[in-house]
Amino acid sequence: MTVPQTAVASDFATLMAEIQRVGREIIEPASQDVDAAARFPREGIDALRDLQLLSAYVPEELGGMGLDIIQIGKICETLGHYCASTAMVFAMHQIQVACIVHHARGSLYFEDFLRQLIDKQFLIASATTELGVGGDLRSSLCAVEVEGDRFRLVKKAPVISYGAFADQILVTSRRAPDAASSDQVGVLVHKSDFELEPISSWDTLGFRGTCSSGFVLSSQGSTDQILPIPFDDVLSQTMHPFSHIVWSSLWLGIATDAVNRARAYVRAEARKNPQLPPASSMRLAETDIVLYGMRNNVHAMAADYARLLLENDPAAFRSFGFATRTNNLKLSSSTLVVDIVGRAMLICGISGYRNDSKFALGRHLRDAYGAALMVNNDRILGHNATMLLALKES
Amino acid sequence: MYVEKVRDIVAQHGRLSVQVGELANDSDLYSAGLTSLATVGLMLALEDGFEIEFPDSMLSRKTFGSIASLAAAVEELAGKTVSV
Repeated sequence: MTVPQTAVASDFATLMAEIQRVGREIIEPASQDVDAAARFPREGIDALRDLQLLSAYVPEELGGMGLDIIQIGKICETLGHYCASTAMVFAMHQIQVACIVHHARGSLYFEDFLRQLIDKQFLIASATTELGVGGDLRSSLCAVEVEGDRFRLVKKAPVISYGAFADQILVTSRRAPDAASSDQVGVLVHKSDFELEPISSWDTLGFRGTCSSGFVLSSQGSTDQILPIPFDDVLSQTMHPFSHIVWSSLWLGIATDAVNRARAYVRAEARKNPQLPPASSMRLAETDIVLYGMRNNVHAMAADYARLLLENDPAAFRSFGFATRTNNLKLSSSTLVVDIVGRAMLICGISGYRNDSKFALGRHLRDAYGAALMVNNDRILGHNATMLLALKES
Repeated sequence: MYVEKVRDIVAQHGRLSVQVGELANDSDLYSAGLTSLATVGLMLALEDGFEIEFPDSMLSRKTFGSIASLAAAVEELAGKTVSV
């Protein structure tokens, strides 16, 4: 696997300032309509395309920005301040890019694809879950049917987030019709070569703009589009850790924005009576501790993963210790985001509960609950429970 | 002497997609459907069957890759030298 080089820090500070501008001027103004209509956050994703951010993780030697996981996490966190759905679409896209960047170098097809990604700013979705196996990523029913140098693949996917708006979809499937359910590959299919037949809609409490509807995906293509290493390795080295870091980052963004609103509310209260600190200031002080812990967890795991990528030891990613730590981040941050937004709501009181207030926190709270549910915590906790039976030391 | 008992335990606890009888001692168990999570049940059964403990450093794909590699690991942990 190959690790992208780190961009120069000062360039990154400039880039972050641009992202904050886009967040304030484009993404946040659209967020209410995205949420109300459960529609794709088109203006936000287009603005990120204009900043060339859909190829941000492509290494510099291929012409990309070469940002690292810490920087991608920081961008997801910042986007989470403005619109969680936009941040989630961006985060999920980066996961697919990372799978290709880490595991398909040396493939002429995928290197050419990454160059086109820079030029055309494609949006890549993912089809992992499947009707019949549910959310078990390590099990597939569908299979790649190869004939000569072409393949056909049909997958009944209960969820393909923003599938209807994607230029490509990275699909997991069995390697061949006679392969075991766990013998999987990742296949990149192009919009011109796939059809999506809708099987379910997406009308949820939160993350309404991810448009995570279900489809029967029918696709075909060249066998070059099959990732050259088993999906098990792609998952353990990239998809699993990268996903939990970028998701936790954007949940941190939701939590931070909620606390920022609570801070503004407490300040306004304090100005009314400067002699006596408002009761809510104590609640804010307590909430700040929880937010601090959440932020440290997220940043520590991103740094841990960045270090492991540099060490480039595939066995380290496959260890139960690394897998449980990664899961711990997901379990902890998906729970903390609900806790923190709830605390911010209590601080802002009726002003946070109202939808027509500048302290409104309804969307934050609805989005926050998705963190534990959209990839179910019970399954992850169960995996950790199993792995911990084998581990002798923590 | 280890390899036959290891075979029995793999058959019972490996959750493979093929019959263990169809596998050679050096066949890749992961290709035969062994998953990372299934190695835990397999490990516990081997620990119980041979009265051994796998250290964390041996919980690797190398150890669980084949019946032969498992038998070698069991042999090492049981502290005996018997050809497998």
